[in-house]
Amino acid sequence: MTRLAAALAAALLLAAPLAAWAAGNAYLLALGTRAAVFALAAVSLQFVVGFAGLVSLGHAAFLGIGAYALLMLGGAGLDETLVSLPVAVLAGALFAWPTGWVALRTRGVTFLMITLAFGQMAYFVAEALADYGGDDGMPLDRAPPLAGTALLAQPVAFHLFVLLLLAAAIAAARLLGASRFGRVLRAARQDAGRVAALGFDVTRVRLIAYVAAGAAGALAGWLLAVTTGFVSPALLDWRVAGQLLVMVILGGVAAPEGAAAGAVGLVLAEEALSAASEHGRIALGALLLGAALLRLRLRAPAR
Amino acid sequence: MSDILAAAGLTKAFGGLPVTRNVSLAVRAGEIHALIGPNGAGKSSLIGQLAGTLTPDAGRVTLDGAEVTHLPPHLRARRGLARTFQVSALIGGLSALENVALAVQARAPRPLAPFRRAAGDAALEQPALAALAAVGLAERAAAPAEVLAHGERRALEIACALALQPRCVLLDEPLAGMGHAEGRAIVGLLGGLKGRFAMLLVEHDMEAVFALADRVSVLVEGRLIATGPPEAVRADPAVRAAYLGEAG
Repeated sequence: MTRLAAALAAALLLAAPLAAWAAGNAYLLALGTRAAVFALAAVSLQFVVGFAGLVSLGHAAFLGIGAYALLMLGGAGLDETLVSLPVAVLAGALFAWPTGWVALRTRGVTFLMITLAFGQMAYFVAEALADYGGDDGMPLDRAPPLAGTALLAQPVAFHLFVLLLLAAAIAAARLLGASRFGRVLRAARQDAGRVAALGFDVTRVRLIAYVAAGAAGALAGWLLAVTTGFVSPALLDWRVAGQLLVMVILGGVAAPEGAAAGAVGLVLAEEALSAASEHGRIALGALLLGAALLRLRLRAPAR
Repeated sequence: MSDILAAAGLTKAFGGLPVTRNVSLAVRAGEIHALIGPNGAGKSSLIGQLAGTLTPDAGRVTLDGAEVTHLPPHLRARRGLARTFQVSALIGGLSALENVALAVQARAPRPLAPFRRAAGDAALEQPALAALAAVGLAERAAAPAEVLAHGERRALEIACALALQPRCVLLDEPLAGMGHAEGRAIVGLLGGLKGRFAMLLVEHDMEAVFALADRVSVLVEGRLIATGPPEAVRADPAVRAAYLGEAG
């Protein structure tokens, strides 16, 4: 099921440039790129939710950090991809480290609330950045150059760039999940006490996963800023974090490619339904409910 | 004989309720030291303080002579203290072999290697298979932990402890919920492992305790009322009054 959905999502993302060209509608490509960026964000969140079993409602902060990193570096003339992208990723990791360290003192609903609180703090900081548009936000001056070229200003090239990073993120998440590290992480999700009794530092293992997810989330934020050409505090809204969570759960939690498929499905369904009718979002609620019920029925023993 | 694990003056209360009262206890190298006591005597709280999941209000815990009173469980485990749980705690979704491999991994170089595939890693699975063979589970290696019979799960827990190459193992009621035949199999297993590491055996099954233990300590209402060889403890009038007498 997950595999089928992932294959379908991959086909849709790969076909987006062709569809846009055939239909003479550039918006289809922009939509595909946006779906791919959210897929990357969902993959990063799935690492925390699915593998570590920690449900975070603060993941939008990482999107915002990546986006604002690009906006700020752009203001200083340092938007070159080879500079701003690694800096954005590093900024995500640097935010994840202390906030994760605090949040991981807790479990379950408390963890959810603390991540939400950190997310809101980041939101209000972004709103207070008067030099960067305050709560209105600010457009980027240009698409960031890549090694001095304007390649990423070209929509098809940028789309392929996003797909490349998405594929790399999924591959890395799968590799990490199947590694020694991943086995400890997933075992601790089931019984942290037992894993600690074997001699593993569960909090440290979870913190590493949280930092990796934050770094990847910031990468998605950087890409999202380029996709929309605009950075605003709305990116850090807790509703965005909730949406990411829905994508991950929709995709089945267990696998990164599932989360990516969930994200693509949600972005496209939202678009199609709101294009069909102004009350389309009501149908979206029913769709999510149906997907959740289907999931319950299809659920296989966690492996 | 030297003490591997020792508690000195351990005291713990939950709210106003004392659960551990000035308990001093030592597990010597190679011995099986049984800890018995009626329900509610505070055995689990004492195990928690020894393993590190509970912090005592007063007193010290030493492992191989070094103080570990305030070390978290994972650091005590790395110093050679393994445990099995009263409620069998295995990782579902992993096979018997993989559960033991996880324990082997804890002792392996680079235990958290981020890009080294865990499944099928011979460096983990060969020692794991040896530990499974030692508890008679070699043929069940591929079975998912959750389909194992109760007795097999207990044996698997012991295999996990074994794979940690521990100095001392805390066995929290390894026979709980087991039929007689299954129970005797575990007793035979533990007897066969005697001498490889020290054991602190918390158990209600008196037949098992008297078959295995070199020494027995009796805990009643949080206080140790006797420690000594099984025969001496069995004959102790205070013990008979407080515990064995009640149990019939």
